[in-house]
Formats: sequence, C-alpha cells, structure tokens
Amino acid sequence: MKILVPVKRVVDYNVKVRVKSDQSGVELANVKMSMNPFDEIAVEEAVRLKEKGVASEIVVVSIGVQQCQETIRTALAMGADRGILVVTDVPTESLGVAKVLAKIAAEEQPGLVILGKQAIDDDANQTGQMLAALLGWPQGTFASKVEPGDGHVTVTREVDGGLETVELKLPAVITTDLRLNEPRYASLPNIMKAKSKPIAMKTPADYGVDLAPRLEVLKVTEPPRRSAGIKVKTVDELVTKLKEAGAIA
Amino acid sequence: MSILVLAEHDNAQLKDATLAAVTAARQLAGHAGGEVHLLVAGEGCRAVAEAAAKVEGVAKVLCADDPAYGHALPENVAPLVASLMAGYDAFVAPATSRGKNVAPRVAAMLDVAQVSDILSVEGADTFTRPIYAGNAIATVRTKDAKKVITVRGTAFPKAAMTGGSAAIETVSGPGDSGLAVFRGAELTASERPELTSAKIIVSGGRALGSSEAFHTTIEPLADKLGAAVGASRAAVDAGYVPNDYQVGQTGKIVAPELYVAVGISGAIQHLAGMKDSKIIVAINKDEEAPIFQVADFGLVGDLFQVVPELTAKL
Repeated sequence: MKILVPVKRVVDYNVKVRVKSDQSGVELANVKMSMNPFDEIAVEEAVRLKEKGVASEIVVVSIGVQQCQETIRTALAMGADRGILVVTDVPTESLGVAKVLAKIAAEEQPGLVILGKQAIDDDANQTGQMLAALLGWPQGTFASKVEPGDGHVTVTREVDGGLETVELKLPAVITTDLRLNEPRYASLPNIMKAKSKPIAMKTPADYGVDLAPRLEVLKVTEPPRRSAGIKVKTVDELVTKLKEAGAIA
Repeated sequence: MSILVLAEHDNAQLKDATLAAVTAARQLAGHAGGEVHLLVAGEGCRAVAEAAAKVEGVAKVLCADDPAYGHALPENVAPLVASLMAGYDAFVAPATSRGKNVAPRVAAMLDVAQVSDILSVEGADTFTRPIYAGNAIATVRTKDAKKVITVRGTAFPKAAMTGGSAAIETVSGPGDSGLAVFRGAELTASERPELTSAKIIVSGGRALGSSEAFHTTIEPLADKLGAAVGASRAAVDAGYVPNDYQVGQTGKIVAPELYVAVGISGAIQHLAGMKDSKIIVAINKDEEAPIFQVADFGLVGDLFQVVPELTAKL
C-alpha cells in the first residue's frame, strides 16, 4: 500500500510570532521555518507503517513556495521515498490545498493519506476533512492510534470526552494528533541519502486547480494583552485575595 | 439569510457548546436577517430535539433520527447537512471535536472555504479568528455565497435554554455511507463538571511528577472548589491523566471564572487555551515561569506543600 503524506512549511513552533505594525500579517522575514509538527507526526507514522511492511512506498507532497523543497527533504530524510512539490506563491487555503491533493491522490492511488490535524500557522483544522470529502473517502481525524487491517483501518481518535474508535474502509484519510507517536530525528546518513531522492516539480495548473484565496484577510492584530498581577507570599494571603476578588466564597 | 446550526449532543442531552454556536448564529442573522435553525442529528434523539426547541432564538429544529447519525460519523452527517444546505445561507457548528470533524467535510461538499474557530461576528461576511495559537487575531472576510463557520465556545455567551418554542420538523438524509463504522468509545467518567463549561478549573502540570501525585494533590483541591480538573500537554504526554484533560490550543479552550494552574510553566500552547479565564492563579516553584506573566495571583512555592495547605484552608 502506498501512503501519501502532505506536509506544510510553517513558522517553527519555537518562534514567538510578531504581528506586523501595518496589520497586514505576521512577520515572516528572517524567521525560522520548519515542517508543521503535526505533519512530522504524519511522516513518522507512515515511516513506521513502512518499517512494519504495511506500506510499500511513501510519497510526500507540499504545496507552496520553492523553499518547501526543504520541508520535503526533511520528510525524505525521515524515511519517505519521493516528493512532489506544487509550487505557488499564492498564500494557500485549506480548500485549494485539498483540491490539489485530491488530484494527486487520484493519480497516485494511495491506500492512506496521513496528514496533520492542523497547521500551527492558520490553525484551520480543515484540510484532511476536506480532502476526504472531495475523494468520497472516510476520515479518521485527531488520531492517536492507527491499525491497518485487511481492506480497512482502525483509528483511535482523541475526542472531547476521551477516546473513540472507528473502523474505516480503505482508502482513507487520517489526520494526526499529538500522541500518535514521537517523530524521529533524521540521522546524518539519511539526510545525505535524502538529497538524491527525487522531487517532482509541479504547478497548480498541472492539476487544473485555482488556488486564488476565498478568504480575504482584512487585518491581523495582537490579541488583548493580559497583564501580570501580583505575587502573594503565603497561602493565607492567596485565600484572602481570592475572597476579595469574589472568586471563592 | 437563514442559518443552520449543528447541535452538539449525546443523544440524551443538548451540550452547552451548542448554545454558544446559537448565539454566534443569532449575531450573524442580526447582520444579514433570517432565522436560526438547529439540526439535531442522532439516534433516539427526540429528547434532545425537544430541549433544542426551547433554546432562545431558535426558530425551528430539524430532527434527523437515524442509526447512521447515532455517533456523528462525518461520513454520514456531512451529506445530510449538505443536502439541507440548499435552503440555508450559512452552516454554523461548535468548534468541538465533532464540529471540527464534520464542518470542513460539509464545506468541501459545498465548495466553500470554511472560517474556523471564530471569536466574533463583525458583519454578514466578516469574522475574527485566532491564528498562530492565539498569538495573533485575524479579521477575515469570506467571498463565498454560502458560509461554513465553526465557533469557539468561550468567545460567545450561551443562549438561554428556555424561552424558545420552535417547531420540530423531521428530516432525513442519505443515511449510512458505508464508509465508516463506530467501534466504541472510552469516555472519561467523572462526577466533576465538564472542563469547557466549568466555573472553576484546577489544572496540573508536569511538576506533579506522577499520575498518583496528580490525583492525590490536584483532585482534593478541585473537589473542595467544585472544580473541573485540567492538565497541561506535558502532564498528558507523561501519562498522568487522559488526553481529554488537556487545556491548550490543541486541547480544550477554556475560560472559567477561576483557573488555578499548579506546576504548569505556561508554554504558549497552554496559555492559548486558558488566558481568557477571568482570574488566574499560578502555583509554581520557578518564579521565572511564564505562567506568572498572565496570573492575577502568583504563589512561588513547592506545590506539594502549598496545594494541600490551600485545600485545607478553603
């Protein structure tokens, strides 16, 4: 079974983002970029399924600027086999990305598409569900356990009340949650080896998809700031303050 | 403009998340006109539909009672919603794990770009939403004719559970897609209030050090306060408590009257999930911990001494 893993290049999760003073967005110049952490979990899961002999080939896809090649190389160094980069300078939205991925899935015929449940830049949490809808496939979102079987995959999902298990007919789309696995660090030999793995360069036009944004960002602002309060020295003082504030009876 | 709101329920009770979504939908209807209708899709969910009919501001309840909808499988529910959307201009769902699962599937079927996790309704087509884990707020305008929106529960007041007298209409959809089967759930049983609707929350972090210490330290304080119990991602990852305890950008977003953070350093990810709480108390032995930057009352000390003392003195 082939596994398709879409990955997104985002501001590194350790970077404290700054809103631009003209409110047009957040500062992206000279900011460290990395693979979306949830997508890293997706790559790791695919690689583990290959190591178990369940997956035969892992194809990594990214849609975005030229530098997304680095993101794809990171996935190749972790153990993916080849990459597809769909180059566009247009800021991507989930729906457009899902449409491109649906076309790629139709070409590649994977048994599973595994991707992050959300990207840590726009926090949309949409792409996997949209892709599943466009393909008419089932979806196992927010997965904390993935067990492929014969013609189906059993997915344990993190839901508001705890955990839920669903059995999905293959092919299926899975989106990863935090506790699915802990992604490996690529070894130096594997990083070297990744350099010779193929990346096919494509454009949205190759797939006949219009990526023009449907959402217009009018402005981006700082969230309301919360100022630090006071430090209390003792538990008694804390209890007194909480009573004064009406927080406790 | 008529708006269809997805009701969050467990086939027996209507959940609070629905009420915030109804408020957001009413605000949207306020800008664009039209009625707010609630969709109760489930199995044996008549009681929920009856409760939904009493929610203030709801003009009609659509009840789709079918085994296919019993566990809110998106493969079955999304086609139902999409089939109903011919008569609506907007679909609104709470940004719960169910809402987040279903809404984008509906959006793609309608060829609409979804607006996720809205914090406010600024106009008929304009909304604010958090990006970068809440470190920035984007104001976005959708260009699509129909709108698909998920609503952050803590950002909108809850609609009243009384005062409405909506008609209940039975609807049906395509039924079982045959794509997915529900196999079971391990839901955390608790006598305590639910995290997302609790007035007081006591949360523990990695500093607790073990599952046992978490239970013996955090829970007595929570019980004394009648509070829900939450946790940081670190505490969940370490296995001290189940995943549904997690407060944070990728866990639950909460905004109680009082939030007590015990042994939580205050990673951005965690702050994003609780910084809208009315009063924040931080107990941590590291006086440099970022949690103190958002806390109204900070106490630097050993939690294993401070928390039992606090529990005893309340």
